[in-house]
Amino acid sequence: METPGNARRGFVNVLLGGGIGAMMVSVLYPVLRFLIPPKSGEPTTSSVTLPWKPAEIRVNSGRIFKFGSQPGILVRTPAGELRAFGAICTHLNCTVQYREEKQDIWCACHNGVYDLNGKNVSGPPPRPLEAYKTFVKGEQIVVNKGA
Amino acid sequence: MALPRMVQRLTAWLDERVNVTEIWEFVRHKVVPVHRHTVWYYFGGMTLFLFAIQVCTGILLLLYYRPSAEEAYESVQFIVTEVHFGWLIRSIHSWSANLMIATLMIHLFSVYFTQAYRKPRELTWVSGMCLFGIALFFGFSGYLLPWNALAYFATKVGTDVAGQVPVVGHLLTQILRGGEEVTGATLSRFYGIHVAILPLLTTGILGIHLFLVQKQGMSVPVELERSGSPPTTMPFFPNFLLRDLVGWLTALAVLAALAAYFPWELGVKADPFAPAPAGIRPEWYFMYMFQTLKYLPAKIGPLDGELVGIMGFGLGGLFLLLVPFLDQRAARGEKSPLFFWIGVGIVTYIVVLSVLGYVAPGGQ
Repeated sequence: METPGNARRGFVNVLLGGGIGAMMVSVLYPVLRFLIPPKSGEPTTSSVTLPWKPAEIRVNSGRIFKFGSQPGILVRTPAGELRAFGAICTHLNCTVQYREEKQDIWCACHNGVYDLNGKNVSGPPPRPLEAYKTFVKGEQIVVNKGA
Repeated sequence: MALPRMVQRLTAWLDERVNVTEIWEFVRHKVVPVHRHTVWYYFGGMTLFLFAIQVCTGILLLLYYRPSAEEAYESVQFIVTEVHFGWLIRSIHSWSANLMIATLMIHLFSVYFTQAYRKPRELTWVSGMCLFGIALFFGFSGYLLPWNALAYFATKVGTDVAGQVPVVGHLLTQILRGGEEVTGATLSRFYGIHVAILPLLTTGILGIHLFLVQKQGMSVPVELERSGSPPTTMPFFPNFLLRDLVGWLTALAVLAALAAYFPWELGVKADPFAPAPAGIRPEWYFMYMFQTLKYLPAKIGPLDGELVGIMGFGLGGLFLLLVPFLDQRAARGEKSPLFFWIGVGIVTYIVVLSVLGYVAPGGQ
């Protein structure tokens, strides 16, 4: 039966429960936010000049370079053309390498294979490698991201 | 004063305050059933013993290890080359971790196949499965700490797998990595997880697990329970405990031999701007997943192959976690062939894919 005493008790319980709930939220929210790392202030890189001269890159070879905080891969095809791609495998994030004997780009982690256009041709990778634009300016190789 | 008299007085002193006789009476009356599956009872204790070794050697390694991308590799190198017996402590820590996962798996599947998860031991099973998950995470986080090339890429892949979880995947990867990429920030996090968060969780859940085992006693196989006759037993103290000790001593001997004759390698330091090395592979207990991910095609229907694989493993884990609630026949104290054969299927899959991981030719 609803008595004034019961109603008061219910009200106090709601107040107490709400208070405890609010306290839990005010403790947990900062902890959860603390766990999510802040965005780093690093500017996004759109162009890099590589530390090698064009003549240093042999035909049918590849090298990993630093593109901002990520690895890129520079390939000189057997036909002598310079091409650059993002070196991060689209499967599960490993870093790819150039295979001279098979003339392709290969990921050692799960045996993913890309052709020299960066297209995924066998194994588990679901998408092509990110393609970069490559320019040779005199003795410098410049790699650009996007259009 | 004679020693026995001193012990007697000390016991009396304690008894007056915390009633130790009660605990002693419990230990004295505890019995272990004896039947043709009794041998499996030893693997839980063996896992606990190896875990104790992990705690001890882990604490020792903490005294020299430095958790940063610049110093981690060098500090482990220092431990294994300069510190007295550093090579031994580090090697035992790595070997014991692997043996612990092995005994844990034997313990898990022996409980599964004897249907010991059935009512009233559902919570013991669930707490055990949680401990298994924690052990795998211990392995995964500890693997990165030496900051070598293999560990670096294993962590890239492992945390990217977490990123495949629908909706919260990206957030999860960020929280695990401490940023978008695997960096020194990831190492700091894994260190914190490995030496503080997981030990804390283990202490709590292991406490519950052991309490339940003591409270409910050992499970006996269904056919023995149904036969109606009370099973033969042996006293836990000292009979079973002494047998346990023989097992532990054997484990210690095996561990010492492995650590001395096959010291755990350190490999080369991680370089975020080097390609993943050929022949890269994870620890053996992740091998079946790794090999599955290799075989899955890029697309399965509208979904990425890797997503299908990861969902498959997720469902497999969920099935194991919930098996006491799914297996209704076992809950009624009957044999359940369906669950037996599902278990056989799971074990076969794990074994075959793991073996393929080591013997399949040419990085296939």
